[in-house]
Amino acid sequence: MAQPLLEIRNATKIYGGGFMQRSAVTVALQNYNLTIADQPATITTIAGESGSGKSTLANAVLGFTQITSGEICYKGVNITTMNSQQQFEYRREVQAIFQDPYAVYNPFYRVKHVFDLVIKNFKMAHNQQAARELIENALNVVGLRGQEVLEKYPHQLSGGQRQRMMVARAYLLKPRLIVADEPVSMVDASLRAMILDLMLKLRDEQHISFLYITHDLSTAYQIGDQIYLLYQGSIAERGNTQQVIEEPKHPYVQLLINSIPVPDPTIRWGGESVVSLDDEQMRVNASSGCRFYNRCPHHMARCLEQMPPLYPVNGNGHEAACYLYDEQVANS
Amino acid sequence: MTVSQQLENQPMGVVNMVPPAKRQVVLDVRNLKVYYETPTGNVRAVDDISFQIYEGEIVGLVGESGCGKTTTAMAILRLVQPPGQIVGGQILLNGVDMTSLDGRDLRAVRWSNLALIPQGAMNSLNPIMRVHDQIADVIEAHEGKQPRQVLKERILTLLRLVGLPTRVYEMYPHELSGGMKQRVCIAMAVALNPPLVIADEPTSALDVIVQRVVAQNLLDIKERLGVSMIIIGHDMGLMAQLADRVAVMYAGHMIEIAPVQQLYAAPMHPYTQLLIESIPSIKTRKPLKITEGITHDLRNPPPGCIFQGRCPHVMEICRQVRPPLTEHQPSQQVACHLYE
Repeated sequence: MAQPLLEIRNATKIYGGGFMQRSAVTVALQNYNLTIADQPATITTIAGESGSGKSTLANAVLGFTQITSGEICYKGVNITTMNSQQQFEYRREVQAIFQDPYAVYNPFYRVKHVFDLVIKNFKMAHNQQAARELIENALNVVGLRGQEVLEKYPHQLSGGQRQRMMVARAYLLKPRLIVADEPVSMVDASLRAMILDLMLKLRDEQHISFLYITHDLSTAYQIGDQIYLLYQGSIAERGNTQQVIEEPKHPYVQLLINSIPVPDPTIRWGGESVVSLDDEQMRVNASSGCRFYNRCPHHMARCLEQMPPLYPVNGNGHEAACYLYDEQVANS
Repeated sequence: MTVSQQLENQPMGVVNMVPPAKRQVVLDVRNLKVYYETPTGNVRAVDDISFQIYEGEIVGLVGESGCGKTTTAMAILRLVQPPGQIVGGQILLNGVDMTSLDGRDLRAVRWSNLALIPQGAMNSLNPIMRVHDQIADVIEAHEGKQPRQVLKERILTLLRLVGLPTRVYEMYPHELSGGMKQRVCIAMAVALNPPLVIADEPTSALDVIVQRVVAQNLLDIKERLGVSMIIIGHDMGLMAQLADRVAVMYAGHMIEIAPVQQLYAAPMHPYTQLLIESIPSIKTRKPLKITEGITHDLRNPPPGCIFQGRCPHVMEICRQVRPPLTEHQPSQQVACHLYE
């Protein structure tokens, strides 16, 4: 098998718990594994509710936070032990798009500044002319024209334009992987489609893989290839996006998918809402056992003893971390 | 204005479930204009909109950010802050014109006749007051000092109404999760049994699962108390589940109001059509509709239709005459020249 583009092995991230505050430990990620293949380019979705560890994962991949244990390898090299040449390449080839298209710009500079900066830092061009061509080219890919936007200040652009500029900035560096942390959650509905479409276009035409981090399963369903659903720092279910969303197996994922409001007034919310009064309070960080135990309608004694590993369901790499599917294996 | 006059003014056919005689207008907004003064001209955040809210219905107010949803809500509550200003129109709440009230009368009307669940309501609680003290504050400010036992009973009933356990009574806001804080805010909003509650993005900061609990809570309260609600939001999926009627705003104009089934099944205004088509669903995988273009500068809007710059069906008349909001289908009002 070819070398994967990105591989995360047993990543665990624990916040807090220093000498002075031993009790206040938050496990943001637990034994997390993820692989993004080198070819073909794919969109891998990381989904989960707030506090499930999605952004910790993004920050770890981008090198903003260090994981407590485990390793993150880019093209087979651990990102914490890279030499400077490898690190330079990694910093260029792994790019980010952030949630808030308003906050990423410095309001005192013209938007051209964000492009000039990366060109300078990565020595992409030797003269003004070549730099300008690179920028124009990147802007064309996202459907903008240089003379219309480059000389403006951030507040003169719409939210959709600003977010597309960020995609253009990432694209400019010819990345292999773009980490998109909630790229559409602050963009209006009519413009959301444009950004999502752009991601598909970059995947298919420019062979750029995406790590798409979102809490919105419906957009993931529209564009995602693989999906990883997180629940309190560990993977609850993973597999092909369509398969997982159409036939969820893990009780948490089933609850989650049933809770998504259907944009059709003739279809009412499916299933029963099982969140009882105190459930929100019961998000205890159990030291062992399944994190979903308190809210799970199918919980068994076994769930408290040890955290369930991922069991295959349905084949095709579809896996769910739930003892319900252990029996299937035992019976067959 | 008497009840019978109000009923006469009611547009025909808006009655889809309740017989006409029973439907009372709770809120009647007429030609409301709210402008923000800036050095380079007035921003027409809400430009001449009219709509009615009937008894016991939930109206979803949707539109993209900056279209004037929140400004409309703030105007109804008379909470528009300078440089914003209500420059014209009437806001009749049960026949009383909100725009003519002074500070003292407004204080009496707010909470008791008209309550707000603010955007990010979880951050609107006072962090150093226990939940019961905050709710008691609302009640006693309007109804005077209450006997302790009566007050406690009333607050506990409110907490039960929004599905919170009794122990929340003694808690501080930091001890509650986001969804619970949101429900405390809902309990406060309905504490004095107002006929109209305005909720500004009541679930936007919550997780999907908790969002559903809070949304069902709102529906439940509407059923039990018969309160009318205006729910502001941009999540069309949630609106489909919550609202009885949906009002669509675009760049300060009201462009379509229709019963929820009708709006989703047969949207009439080109912007609404675009909005409906661009909703990502988890039921079908389809290419999403994309439209180019940005909204006009609201300091200097062009004559005619406000959507002309992005509309796929734009005609000559659209650039000259602003289409009025008129009823083209039974109970479906739309502001578009296509249907004339």
